[in-house]
Amino acid sequence: MCLAIPAKITELDGDDMAVVALEGIKKRISTALVEDLAVGDYVLVHVGYALHKVSPDEAARTLQLMAEAGVLQDELDEMTGADQ
Amino acid sequence: MNIQDPKLSARTGSIDMAHGGGGRATAELIADLFQHHLTNPILDQGNDAALLPPAAGRLVMSTDGHVISPIFFPGGDIGSLAVHGTLNDVAMAGAEPLYLTAGFILEEGFPLADLERIVISMARAAETAGVPIVTGDTKVVEKGKGDGVFITTTGLGVVPDGVHVSVERAKPGQAILLSGNIGDHGVAILSKRENLEFETEIRSDSAALHTLVAGMISAAPGITVLRDPTRGGLAATLNEIARTAKVGIHLEENAIPIKPDVKAACELLGLDPLYVANEGKLVCFCEPGDADAVLAAMQAHPLGRDAALIGTVTEDDAHLVEMETEIGGVRVVDWLAGEQLPRIC
Amino acid sequence: MKYVSEFRDKDLAKSVSAAIRREADPGRTYNFMEFCGGHTHAIFRYGVQDLMPDNVAYVHGPGCPVCVLPVRRLDDAVEIAERHNAILCTYGDMMRVPGTKQRSLIRAKADGADIRMVYSTLDALKIARDNPDREVVFFAIGFETTTPPTAVAIKQAQKEDLTNFSVFCNHVLTPPAIAHILQSLDVQDLGTVEIDGFLGPSHVSSVIGSKPYEPAAEIFGKPVVIAGFEPLDVMQSTLMLIRQINEGRFEVENEYTRVVTRDGNLKAQALVAEVFNVRDAFEWRGLGTVAKSALKIRKTFAAFDAERRFEITPKQSREVKSCECPAILRGVKKPTDCKLFGTVCTPDTPMGSCMVSSEGACAAYWTYGRFRTKAARPQKEAAA
Repeated sequence: MCLAIPAKITELDGDDMAVVALEGIKKRISTALVEDLAVGDYVLVHVGYALHKVSPDEAARTLQLMAEAGVLQDELDEMTGADQ
Repeated sequence: MNIQDPKLSARTGSIDMAHGGGGRATAELIADLFQHHLTNPILDQGNDAALLPPAAGRLVMSTDGHVISPIFFPGGDIGSLAVHGTLNDVAMAGAEPLYLTAGFILEEGFPLADLERIVISMARAAETAGVPIVTGDTKVVEKGKGDGVFITTTGLGVVPDGVHVSVERAKPGQAILLSGNIGDHGVAILSKRENLEFETEIRSDSAALHTLVAGMISAAPGITVLRDPTRGGLAATLNEIARTAKVGIHLEENAIPIKPDVKAACELLGLDPLYVANEGKLVCFCEPGDADAVLAAMQAHPLGRDAALIGTVTEDDAHLVEMETEIGGVRVVDWLAGEQLPRIC
Repeated sequence: MKYVSEFRDKDLAKSVSAAIRREADPGRTYNFMEFCGGHTHAIFRYGVQDLMPDNVAYVHGPGCPVCVLPVRRLDDAVEIAERHNAILCTYGDMMRVPGTKQRSLIRAKADGADIRMVYSTLDALKIARDNPDREVVFFAIGFETTTPPTAVAIKQAQKEDLTNFSVFCNHVLTPPAIAHILQSLDVQDLGTVEIDGFLGPSHVSSVIGSKPYEPAAEIFGKPVVIAGFEPLDVMQSTLMLIRQINEGRFEVENEYTRVVTRDGNLKAQALVAEVFNVRDAFEWRGLGTVAKSALKIRKTFAAFDAERRFEITPKQSREVKSCECPAILRGVKKPTDCKLFGTVCTPDTPMGSCMVSSEGACAAYWTYGRFRTKAARPQKEAAA
């Protein structure tokens, strides 16, 4: 539900509108729902509106947790000489 | 028929019922617009039917109706699309295309300037491909009974000896090759569609594939299946083949080439690129031993630079197309009921 | 694609999968309901189940706003377009959903109704501006993610005095639906559906925050993990749910921290509160009547409320008799339990909304995993 995609803000205009880029795709969207945006920020885009800023720190932290999840297994495998 | 002083001004004005009446207006339209741009020795014979020399081999014929909207899009138009589409259908039989026909159904009120633009585009496409448009037809329908212009093209070609490309030759164990990036055409069309517009450099990949096919057949005359994944995308084409040949297909998602922009546009709109139309790509099935040679031949051609091995034919009573996903799971790539629509959920 | 591709990484998937296999207690089963249709879609589209041990399973929930829209409301939308000659603007998802007598928006369009597919309310507003002498009605559906954009559109219409623009409001609320499912007889007394925990909605939560789920988690004693939509998010959240259960916890945890906070998007929430209030009750396809689970447009914006503007005939809408969508939406039955699945009901000829919505359980089963066991077999053999 709620297809939303992170996209980068490339232009902000004063009228609650912005241009976002997703790779080379550009689309005009509304920023009426989010405050304090700057060019370069990533926002979650849903039906033509920015819903929320994407936090780079939290994204990195989540990826780190996912990577660590398997770490103990790697160590165990190393100890027992098991194949992955 | 050569009219010295055509009264027709192709740059202003639009199609009216007289143009389809068969009288002088029709003749002027044909001479000043169609024949003027599409000129070639056979067309210039000036007869209703084209007289052709004997063919040096087994004949292949294919026909297509083109009703696309918008008529003009980034990377092409209904005219070039029609030419490339039929050339490709003939090429997918492993044949060398020799001649094309073009029939037009025009809606009353269709701008002559647009028609000329389309015909010029067809002339260019045919010339680049080295295949003449040798005969054609024009009809006009009342306003409201057509969508601007409908074009039907038929192509005639010849299959070299020793070449037998046909869907029932698909057998388990064969390699599946794809000539390049998927989804360009569909995304280019969508980007211009009302209420969906987005800015992109993506252009339709519409192109004639027969010289690419010729190179591939040279490398491996034993190629078994060739298809161009147009409407319905790669998924539709592979499902058709699996169903008809009664085989299964296994794909690797990570091996399927796609431009980052096309992938991004699909993500934005909630589309699966596997179902998005292409107009300048082909899939090829061949014996595993031939795969390297065919791939090399594809990559050596401008239209096959991004060619890749994307899967294999399997044994499967259910005739399914399965795919190992990006994360290593498996999903079925089903045959969609209708056109894929953008979604918000 | 940044913040997308990293969460589809194969090696990371192996890592999380290994952790799940290690930590899932082989002496029990784990059944998690993914509330959101988007999660159903992700699970099938990426084959997430293949990376899970046999004792971890997903129960598909009703978080598909297309699936839960009562037939009557869809019939009403068709009526607005046909009887009142309005330009009906709709998201693509609704186009093929069958209403009474299989009448969908796409059928009505083929019969001449002016129904236009839009990507955004911004497009609908433009259509209203471009067609000042026509009524333009926006068919609003969706959970809390999609509601703020409708609120903005209504306020914008008011600002511009777009008197020909109105909204047919069918927005629904998530926490009441989750509570309703947990309360229902099936779960509590008959134990027909075993739900050990929930994968909470991703983008609904970016708007409403993780706070609203706390009462449900506490009262019913079930853990909730707010999960992102990418396959790695689903997997990591599953791991977090397994840990909670193993440790006897039932909290609301947040895996999707890159866009979800405890409070959510306060600006969006305020706008929604300004434009909408809560209906006393609303009928959900499958769940029946759920109290305080849907929104209507406030009196102050009555001019933009299609329900007030157009006379809509009361209807006796009918579902197809043997359609099991109601049970499937509650997770009580699987698509394969429905007599119509795959025979009379296919994506070509959908009998109920679960088959036609891109994230309905039936559509997901059909499109991605019709012959699931065969598709899964090579994978399992490889792992053995």
